[in-house]
Amino acid sequence: MEEILEILEKNSRLTPEEIAVMLGKNVNEVKDAIDYFEKHKIILGYNTLINWEKTSKESVTALIEVKVTPQRGEGFDKVAERIYKFPEVKSCYLMSGGFDLTVIIEGKTMKEVALFVAEKLAPLESVLSTATHFVLKKYKAEGTIFDLKDKDDREAVVL
Amino acid sequence: MNISSLLNPVVRDMPPSGIRKFFDLVNEMKDAISLSIGEPDFDTPWRVREAGIYSLEQGHTHYSPNAGYMQLREEISNYLNRKYSLQYDCKNEIIVTVGGSEAIDLCLRSIVCSGDEVIIPEPCFVAYKPCVQFAGGNPVIIELNASNAFKLTVDMLQKAVTSKTKALILPFPNNPTGAIMTKQDLLPIAEYLRDKDIVVISDEIYSELTYDEKHVSIASFPWMKEKTIVINGFSKAFAMTGWRLGYACGPKEIISAMYKIHQYAIMCSPTTSQYAAIEALKNADSEVDSMVREYNRRRRVMIDGFRKAGLDCFEPLGAFYVFPCIKSTGLTSEEFCEKLLLDKKVAVVPGTAFGSCGQGFVRACYASSMDNIVEAMRRINSFVNDLKHRT
Repeated sequence: MEEILEILEKNSRLTPEEIAVMLGKNVNEVKDAIDYFEKHKIILGYNTLINWEKTSKESVTALIEVKVTPQRGEGFDKVAERIYKFPEVKSCYLMSGGFDLTVIIEGKTMKEVALFVAEKLAPLESVLSTATHFVLKKYKAEGTIFDLKDKDDREAVVL
Repeated sequence: MNISSLLNPVVRDMPPSGIRKFFDLVNEMKDAISLSIGEPDFDTPWRVREAGIYSLEQGHTHYSPNAGYMQLREEISNYLNRKYSLQYDCKNEIIVTVGGSEAIDLCLRSIVCSGDEVIIPEPCFVAYKPCVQFAGGNPVIIELNASNAFKLTVDMLQKAVTSKTKALILPFPNNPTGAIMTKQDLLPIAEYLRDKDIVVISDEIYSELTYDEKHVSIASFPWMKEKTIVINGFSKAFAMTGWRLGYACGPKEIISAMYKIHQYAIMCSPTTSQYAAIEALKNADSEVDSMVREYNRRRRVMIDGFRKAGLDCFEPLGAFYVFPCIKSTGLTSEEFCEKLLLDKKVAVVPGTAFGSCGQGFVRACYASSMDNIVEAMRRINSFVNDLKHRT
């Protein structure tokens, strides 16, 4: 039934009926499986991947490397929580290597992102340092290439 | 001077492909949804393309050994063993060719003498019959049928075999029907052929594309290996049609005969393609798996679509074709295809392109995007319904 997840991850708009046909399963089996995945927070939501660069909306994305002091008894989780609860934070990961947290921020302008880092993130007691990298162009996100040809230009050949 | 009189009559009198005209029409209608193209819609996996590009950057732009790079033949040998439990010596039992098609032609030219009979089950790939004729042989057709899931049975074979039979072409998983031959299906055929001096040309180009059980090669029966030439290649499994790379494996006597023709006519297969193919065999299993899973979903959607449109459709378990019966519409295959193209802008291929017993069927290929397939099936449904209301 994990194939359902694979299918929905690519196209969350498919109905249980359509998925049932694709997998040769009964519709109710598929519905039950999706219910289970939702209930157990395996499916967390149904998002849409948008190329905002093609719209009039202004937005900037920044990836911030954050070094923190883990807290006694709670490790990194508590620090991370203080950070990821800000709505500006799109993603937050605990990392191995030279720094501890990757924090991905989305804001309207560079100034807005800079202010967030200066006023919210950097002053946190457990944050030791931050390094902010702005995204200049998105080529691929969530496994999708943004500028992909999707025209079938194969010619009919005799075979 | 009548220049035509200088042509080889076998070639001159070979009728042009019956679907050429239809395909010209398809190519003209740029906005039609085409389910007529028998090749993967996926581009070659990037790691494979990248290996080809790297080989060019390294200056590997020269001839390769005639039979193909030894490293590639070693990888082919490993792959066939890993996938189908076939053991071939990469030194003298494998030859790398320009697509599976060259391998078929080489094999026929190596064994067929004037007047020899070659048994071909139809419907099938369009090239077998002409290649047999070009080689001077006589094609003997076995007509497969839907009631039997388009499988070859030993009864059919027995009736076709004569003292002149030189070879049997065994094309499974099958283009255009999508039929497969399981181990149980193959066993009686293999038993029957055990003491016969008949070469089996087993065209297994779609071997990776099976959806219920793994492909079984007739050469995996121990007594069949010495009389079977296994044809395979990279086009279908790795989505590498344009790279033109295939191979044949079999007894060294036949392979070395094929080698003679290949080295004089072709020299060697494209070098870039061979480097890419090494990467494909070594590291592209997961890409192949994910393509096969996607084909399988599309296959089910397409079968469901034809059945919902009220057309009989046996379940194809291999390749990437569905072969529904359109007899209930009262149209011939050609009429159905032409009308569907003109009325609804969907292209499928008349079954007759693959042998006269394909009359009453059409071939639809699901190597096309899911969106295309869903939309095409919607249009076919409305097309068939329109026909019903008209009559």
